[in-house]
Amino acid sequence: MLHRKIGYISLSSGQVKKASIPESVRRLYLGGRGLNMYLLFNHLEQGADPLGPGNVLLVGAGLLTAGPVPGGSRTDVAAKSPLTGLVGDTNMGGFFSPELRFAGFDHLVIKGVSEKPVYLWVRDGEIEMRDATHLWGKDTLETPEAIRAELGDEDIKVLCIGAAGENLVKFANVRTGAKNAGGRTGMGCVMGSKKLKAVAVRGTLDIGVKYPREALEYYWQMQRKILDSKTASLFSVEGSLMQYNPTNTTGILRVKNLGLNRMDDLSLTPDTFLEKYSLGSTACFGCGMHCRHKWQIKDGKYGGLRGEGPEYYTLMALGNVVYNTSWETVLAAQYLVDKIGLDLAEAGNIIGWAMDLYNRGIIDKSDTDDLDLDWENSSEVLLVLLEKIANREGFGAVLADGIRMAAERIGRGSDYYALHVKGLGMVGTDDRAVPSLALGVATSTRGADHLRSRPATDLFGLPEEFTEKLYGFPVSSDYNAYQTKAKLIHYMELLYELVDSLGVCKYQTIFISPTFPQFEEYSKLIYYLTGLGLSVDELKTIAERCYTLERLFNYREKGITRNDDYLPDRYYTEPTPSGVSKTRGKFLDRAKFDEMLDEYYALHGWDSNGVPKPETLVELRLDKEPSHMI
Amino acid sequence: MEKVILIDPEKCTGCRICEIVCSLTKEGVINPTRSRIQVVKVDPVSLSIPVVCQQCYDAPCIAVCPVGALSRHGTTGMVNHDRDLCIGCKSCAAVCPFGAIGIDTSAEKVFKCDLCGGEPTCVKFCETKALEFVEASTLSLRQKRKGISKYTELLQRDTGQSAA
Repeated sequence: MLHRKIGYISLSSGQVKKASIPESVRRLYLGGRGLNMYLLFNHLEQGADPLGPGNVLLVGAGLLTAGPVPGGSRTDVAAKSPLTGLVGDTNMGGFFSPELRFAGFDHLVIKGVSEKPVYLWVRDGEIEMRDATHLWGKDTLETPEAIRAELGDEDIKVLCIGAAGENLVKFANVRTGAKNAGGRTGMGCVMGSKKLKAVAVRGTLDIGVKYPREALEYYWQMQRKILDSKTASLFSVEGSLMQYNPTNTTGILRVKNLGLNRMDDLSLTPDTFLEKYSLGSTACFGCGMHCRHKWQIKDGKYGGLRGEGPEYYTLMALGNVVYNTSWETVLAAQYLVDKIGLDLAEAGNIIGWAMDLYNRGIIDKSDTDDLDLDWENSSEVLLVLLEKIANREGFGAVLADGIRMAAERIGRGSDYYALHVKGLGMVGTDDRAVPSLALGVATSTRGADHLRSRPATDLFGLPEEFTEKLYGFPVSSDYNAYQTKAKLIHYMELLYELVDSLGVCKYQTIFISPTFPQFEEYSKLIYYLTGLGLSVDELKTIAERCYTLERLFNYREKGITRNDDYLPDRYYTEPTPSGVSKTRGKFLDRAKFDEMLDEYYALHGWDSNGVPKPETLVELRLDKEPSHMI
Repeated sequence: MEKVILIDPEKCTGCRICEIVCSLTKEGVINPTRSRIQVVKVDPVSLSIPVVCQQCYDAPCIAVCPVGALSRHGTTGMVNHDRDLCIGCKSCAAVCPFGAIGIDTSAEKVFKCDLCGGEPTCVKFCETKALEFVEASTLSLRQKRKGISKYTELLQRDTGQSAA
């Protein structure tokens, strides 16, 4: 598993180089997200324009991807984000990365800009740059088919962009297969700027395993631990939609931008989906949990439409945030964003904001190309707005540069309602009542984002004796509490950094069940598969190194410090209007939030302004970065 | 006792765990192209169909093998491949109607499923039971039960007993 190579590709010159990854580098950064962050910090020159030839696009497989690992399918795509100017990084499942590894590579470092559209063809140790003029303009479902037909191999896996990426929409995503998308931070926009339509991979090479018998036996044990659980059996049927009803009932769902924290219309329940539209579920590579839905709309306006998804997040971004209560519109909108290659999280957030402005009378039909953005009308306008954004047409062109820039352009106090952190659109939950969630979103290295740390188990009310065993320190069972929650976020950040670097799916970690694997289990798996002996403490140090490097990148590129680590003002002043007793009338206490920040920075070894301390850099061996080891 | 790997494509989620564990068990590496079982996918409709040797009674591979490297095992019914006799001519791979015979280019031999000596690893790891290892003599009744489930559904619907 340690013998995959890095491919360096210059799109400007067409030059390709290959190099192996020294074990010493693996011991510092593992693979996937961790190694991508090292490559980003080292290969991107400070201040490079995200849409210029100086940006570096990284495609990485995790250290354990393709192995006998629960959910070992993940691909990590990184660059400097054109949306935020900070760490751009997105992570997706599917079948791409395993195939990349079978083709002999773990990481692709893609530099420069091509004059005309191209795609990369990666096959058993070789990388070829091919003309993609005929693919430019094709959607993300047509593109892989065309490439497979052209190369005569139906098992080629493709990562590609759609219209949004080609048109340089700042929150364009990258897509692979019928289902998977790397949505956040606009990596599709970076591909579009490089005129890189796709990366196609196919491989037949062996991936060696250090201790095959032990690896298989331990894999079996992990599978049983996960798949024999009640959580897994539910997840196998409902997928991530499982989280929708509890979140809504609790009152931590973000509705009408930030107008409500619970849906007053209950049309969007997972049950309705399963009954009316689901065709059963499928799995990503190496996953026994199979949480991906297949669906079909039988009749009506969208009759005959067939796709994969939706996730819990689909329902939030294209449902409650924009106050769309029609399941069929959610599915049709998801199908559309998939085809045109838009990040649905960012798209939902920005459309929810535009509708909020319209309903408050801040913008009107003269701004919106005559579209009526009344909340009651969202099912009618959602798909129209998504198309306009992807094609940069009329009002869509205003939104296509992201919420921060759109607010600047619109003015009229619209920025007060623009929900983002560091330029990345707000998550689909309303975290005003839950300080742990709020801290994670506020401090995340890629902007408002839950997947850097979300401690979903904090909502379970686990007793302190239990959390002490789970994390090694007690965490208050009260999700309204501020105390002990900085520690929890720090812990989860390290775990998810590790998980993203190994190429493992978060749904097979303590993200969704406290009995699922974490550091200890991964330490063993790494040993059986690679022979690298890395203790739990060593893994935490590696994760801390990677996370602090991300913070350092943000500081280097944009001077990110404490001032940037807050949620929008509304979260500290406006109480939640509905919910249960623990979530109604809640807003964040700024003084207590500041105390959390102090503790959080100290845990990372950053100063009170959120800047990594010189001694921390020495301890983490980051003081000589960029070190250009690879 | 004769046992067979029974495949139910409707239960297959396309996870390809069978390919990982097969190649790891048989070759000590991870490589789907060296797995005895492979999941064939039709992407646009998310259809996944596992394909593995069916241990045919009238096996074309046995008939075509010029050196007698393929033969039927008397008691288990398994189509056995003798690597020592195999000359790597690939005739068996060409005539197999399922594509269940693979080619090991480095060893210059073909390979096929040997049911892991009676405990197929792929079956053990198949979470949805799309793969089952069943006695050949009971297979028919199993399939009958599966087949008539459609009638019982219809009956329930007609008599209004269904929850829906």
